[in-house]
Amino acid sequence: MAALKAWFDRRGWADLIVGLPYLWLVLFFLLPFLIVVAMSVATKTPTAPPFSFGGEHPWINFDGYARIFGDALYVRAFLISLGNAALATVFCLLIGYPMALALTRVSRSWRNILLMLVILPFWTSFLLRVYAWMGLMGKSSWFNTGLTDLWNWVVPIDWAVKSIPMMHSNFAVILVMVYTYLPFMILPLYASLERLDPTLDEAALDLGSRPWQVFLDVTLPQSIPGIIAGGLLVFIPAAGELVIPTLVGDAASPMIGRVISDQFSQARDWPMASSVAVALLAIMVIPTMAYNHYQARAEGLK
Amino acid sequence: MADDAFLRIEGVSKTFGSFQAVRDVSLSVSRGEIFALLGGSGCGKTTLLRMLAGFEKPSTGRIYLDGKDMAGVPPWERPVHMMFQSYALFPHMTVEANIAYGLKHEAISKTDRAARVREMLDLVQLTPFAARKPHQISGGQRQRVALARALARQPKLLLLDEPLAALDKKLREHTQFELMSIQERTGVTFIVVTHDQEEAMTLADRIAVMDRGEVRQVGSPTEIYEFPTNRFVASFIGSITSFEAEVRGRTDGLLRLHIPDFGTEVLARDVPSVGEGQKVTLALRPEKIVISKLPAPGTNAVEGVVKDLAYFGKDSLYRITLPSGALVQAHAVNARRGDEGARVADWDDRVWLSFDPASAIVLEA
Repeated sequence: MAALKAWFDRRGWADLIVGLPYLWLVLFFLLPFLIVVAMSVATKTPTAPPFSFGGEHPWINFDGYARIFGDALYVRAFLISLGNAALATVFCLLIGYPMALALTRVSRSWRNILLMLVILPFWTSFLLRVYAWMGLMGKSSWFNTGLTDLWNWVVPIDWAVKSIPMMHSNFAVILVMVYTYLPFMILPLYASLERLDPTLDEAALDLGSRPWQVFLDVTLPQSIPGIIAGGLLVFIPAAGELVIPTLVGDAASPMIGRVISDQFSQARDWPMASSVAVALLAIMVIPTMAYNHYQARAEGLK
Repeated sequence: MADDAFLRIEGVSKTFGSFQAVRDVSLSVSRGEIFALLGGSGCGKTTLLRMLAGFEKPSTGRIYLDGKDMAGVPPWERPVHMMFQSYALFPHMTVEANIAYGLKHEAISKTDRAARVREMLDLVQLTPFAARKPHQISGGQRQRVALARALARQPKLLLLDEPLAALDKKLREHTQFELMSIQERTGVTFIVVTHDQEEAMTLADRIAVMDRGEVRQVGSPTEIYEFPTNRFVASFIGSITSFEAEVRGRTDGLLRLHIPDFGTEVLARDVPSVGEGQKVTLALRPEKIVISKLPAPGTNAVEGVVKDLAYFGKDSLYRITLPSGALVQAHAVNARRGDEGARVADWDDRVWLSFDPASAIVLEA
């Protein structure tokens, strides 16, 4: 028995349990990532797979990285991606913050129902929801004709339009991204707002602050970690988004995800696609590290 | 009550749904007074305090502060500040910023503001900690920051919600006196909510004892303790032993009561409102009872047997069984140093209990 107990108590088990997630990350994140990094410095060949190291080609080839900075297409795609992602993040914050705040102020039973409604869209396929938006934004939909009628009613006759061109534009991309990623903003914001002590609001009111000042002085500063967490959860996937810009976006102003996908599948330039992917990751790591630094500092103070 | 009262609460009630938290409370508090609202949890004292701060609206009744009707005045416009039980310090601000917070709404110059903050830091002796965040200072220091923050705007009325509850016993005694001296120096009227009778007795000039939303008695600590007007107050403040009694008449300005548990009549301080034959309660405080091994002279004496005794150092608590089976609690000061032999009485000793007629409390309810 004692031997069995000792066998179970061995430190090895704890190491194994701690180690498993790391093993998972190494196998399914680090190794594939290293393969992508390796491919990014390979040379494109008409073989299968369509790249090679050495032989008549140089062992390490930085052409892909050079083209990112040299070719205006890539710079533009990066800027459009970051811009769209930033706009989507800002709109998610502007819409999500009041929703998250409202969630903390309603009764417990309402709170559960409303939280459920925030999460509910995830039960439907993501693609289906994007297609639904395509239907709504299309020229002949009730949504578009309704908005068109409203527009024509409000503006002078010279500005009247037949329909509102929503599909295949950056507007459509941002709209659908905001819709898709809104829960990722609301949930961390709710988590950080819910922890706040409501007596702090009362203390600020008591000391002469009006409700809006209480929000600016007490609620907002304390919810910054939630804003950053929600912002990253929206910004990072939005910047690399492929499906939404492909389905509703403007082909003339592609986002970077679209560029990577096209390079892999159509141009069959795997080294170029890998270079862009690595560059995108590098750009994304910077805000994440900034956030971690902020978190560590905030926790260090506690 | 007098019209010159600084704070006047007139017939205030508060109902939450079907629950009546405060019932028809009328109180008046003078300027510069420390007034305590004392009662157990759920007695309505905190609700009353929140109505003074403006966080709750009275269902009925009016509150006048310095002659001004407070109805419809929002919390941020009231010259009333509160020290919260949890202190409610802003965790993302330094001690200094916490204290300065209320001042940003005042039309005073930057230098005046800084001077006021320094004065407050000085008042609560926290100048060296001005740059710290609330989680970097001790509980006692946090309490002082909360006090300084509430006093910085020079309120007309300071509300203190269980100001000492979160402190340990040693610190509590010290802080109690500090609060009193700060109140004296600033002259601000204090309303203290507490469930701790000792806290109320030492801090307050006057106490309102509350029970189930009602004020049961208002008076100075001495009045409340020595002259309770009802059983609730008598038993809530300090401890008592109470006996059923019947009024038999009056002798030499004293009330003659028949106590079935004593089997005799005793004399007690007269209560003019009771009549002959009325059933009343006789309440005795443990420290008002004298224990002796010799038969006590006078009428107010009864014989019993020591059932239990608890030694506290400076005094001992005796539980004495009367022939009727009733238990009486009595305190005896351990005036003489010594071992068990120095005690007034020991387990199973036959003793005589006696009390002064003036010390006996007669309660109608």
